[in-house]
Amino acid sequence: MSDGTIAPPAEPGAPPAPPSPRAIAWSRRRRSAARVWRTFRKNRMGMTGLVILVFFVLVALFAPLLADPAGLRATEATGGVLEGPSLEYPLGTDILGRSVLTLTIHGSRISLLVGFAATLLSMLIGSVLGIAAGFYGRWRDAVLMRLTDWFLVIPFLPLAIVLASLIGPSLPTIIFVIGVTSWPGTARLVRAQTLSVKERPYVERARALGAGGWHLVTRHILPNVFPIIFANTTLTVAIAILSETTLSFLGLGDPLRVSWGSILEFAFSAGASTAGAWWWLLPPGLAIVLVVLAFTMVGYALDEILNPRLRSR
Amino acid sequence: MGTRRYLLGKVAQATLTVLFVLIFNFFLFRVIPGDPAQILARAKHLPKEAVVQLERDFGLHEPIPKQFALYVEDTVTGNLGISYKFRRPVAGVIAERIWPTVLLVGISTLAATAIGLLIGIYGAWRRGSKLDLGSLGTSLVFYAMPEFWLGILLLMGFAAGLGWFPTGGIVTPGAGYTGVAAATDVLNHLFLPAVTLTLALIGEYALIMRSSLLDVMGEDYLVTARAKGLREALVLRRHAVRNALLPTVTLVALNLGFVVSGAITVELVFSWPGLGLLTAEAADVPDFPLLQGLFLLFSVTVILANLVADLIYGYLDPRVRAA
Repeated sequence: MSDGTIAPPAEPGAPPAPPSPRAIAWSRRRRSAARVWRTFRKNRMGMTGLVILVFFVLVALFAPLLADPAGLRATEATGGVLEGPSLEYPLGTDILGRSVLTLTIHGSRISLLVGFAATLLSMLIGSVLGIAAGFYGRWRDAVLMRLTDWFLVIPFLPLAIVLASLIGPSLPTIIFVIGVTSWPGTARLVRAQTLSVKERPYVERARALGAGGWHLVTRHILPNVFPIIFANTTLTVAIAILSETTLSFLGLGDPLRVSWGSILEFAFSAGASTAGAWWWLLPPGLAIVLVVLAFTMVGYALDEILNPRLRSR
Repeated sequence: MGTRRYLLGKVAQATLTVLFVLIFNFFLFRVIPGDPAQILARAKHLPKEAVVQLERDFGLHEPIPKQFALYVEDTVTGNLGISYKFRRPVAGVIAERIWPTVLLVGISTLAATAIGLLIGIYGAWRRGSKLDLGSLGTSLVFYAMPEFWLGILLLMGFAAGLGWFPTGGIVTPGAGYTGVAAATDVLNHLFLPAVTLTLALIGEYALIMRSSLLDVMGEDYLVTARAKGLREALVLRRHAVRNALLPTVTLVALNLGFVVSGAITVELVFSWPGLGLLTAEAADVPDFPLLQGLFLLFSVTVILANLVADLIYGYLDPRVRAA
């Protein structure tokens, strides 16, 4: 039964079969997740951030329903050039006559996609290296931490610019570049947590019972490191979205897709600031600020709940 | 004894990091599609003999370790290759652009540190007051804002809109000012980019100073200081702030990488002719030798700043040296 297969249905009248260890572990995890959610719900800052996030995710998911994607093509633009906000175009039009509202709605998709995908990559690299360094220790730890320190010290944007211009601007490039440059913080955090979990008595017990490295990492280390990774993730998404914006503004984003950064890049190079076209510059920038702020707020709130070091304060 | 080991350790660490940058830069240059001589030749429309000559110059037919030795020698002697865009040696192009960035980054860092410290100290001292909460919120908002967007808005409002400041550059072209007028002209051009970068940085300094002061405020020696009958302002100045300054001082140096990143986009917005604008221009081409020279310069500067921060920290806090 310990292999996690489903127990055969019990005979009526017989005592119920004991739940499998896996079922116990999962119900314990569900309960602790429910506990975290209850605490989170009471956190005003965290909830505000979450509401903003849900709003933007919904906008990104339903973008084609909210605004006709045809409005993104310059050839099918219907508005006048650089028109201020009106009933027909609530946020005005850009220099090609496209609705800024349509652009901003569709821009959310790439910005959020890059934010999430780059974060996933960064978390993957950071967690694997962090656990490897913390769990195996010795020379592996020394080598991996040197590498991590190196990435921490190197200025992020120049490195990202060099990589992006070498590989050539595209959507996968920008995700890759942000992912491979933003993992060191996570790696250090995960390593520290791994080091502390590794010394706990139950890990020693499992080891004494003959558990191998893989079992220890997946069953004991990972579940206990996960909460920290999770809180860190939301903060990393905020940074990844800001990075996407900056790289796109420097012309290193995907030239064929609209993101908040590329809207700003086009607006700036088309002289929106000298023309005083505030309706073209404000919406994408405000969207960035709101989303980044929301991720930061959720991240701080989660950190407060999940990080044992902060809990006592 | 501990001091010497600490110093040597830190210097060795920095040297190793610089070596890493060199190796990274070397291999990056080799993975560029097509070999460097070919690219350079395409850029300059050279005859075939010149390409062969270039290949010999680059040492492309040598084994990799020899190539690396050659590369390190070139780098150390300041031979960073020829810029595609400017068709001049990279080192010369970079040297011309250093001072505007030093000016911009220096002034912004000074201003942001001073203002950030004051806000942080006040926030921690009057924790939970309206001003504390307000500055916390503002710090978060500025942190969430792309610097260049803030720059564009300031440009639109105060330069293009109200006309109080020039819209870009470092001097008024063709004005031919000298002496005080020239300095005023530069300051006039510097104002908006410096304000942008300062605003982008203040929040972080304020937050760090606030939290490190809050940490210190729970310490026993503050209770002792109060018990001695010192006035609250004196307790704050002489005992709390002094100790809380430690992490902030090092943060200023550690943050240089972040400031450099900010300077790249802000310089682009205000066409401030420094290294940041040069980086943006190089990325646009893309001008690989120039990009690599800039990357090398930025990295080495930040590594040195980190080393200085470590040394200052070791000097200010004897506990670090002992560890």
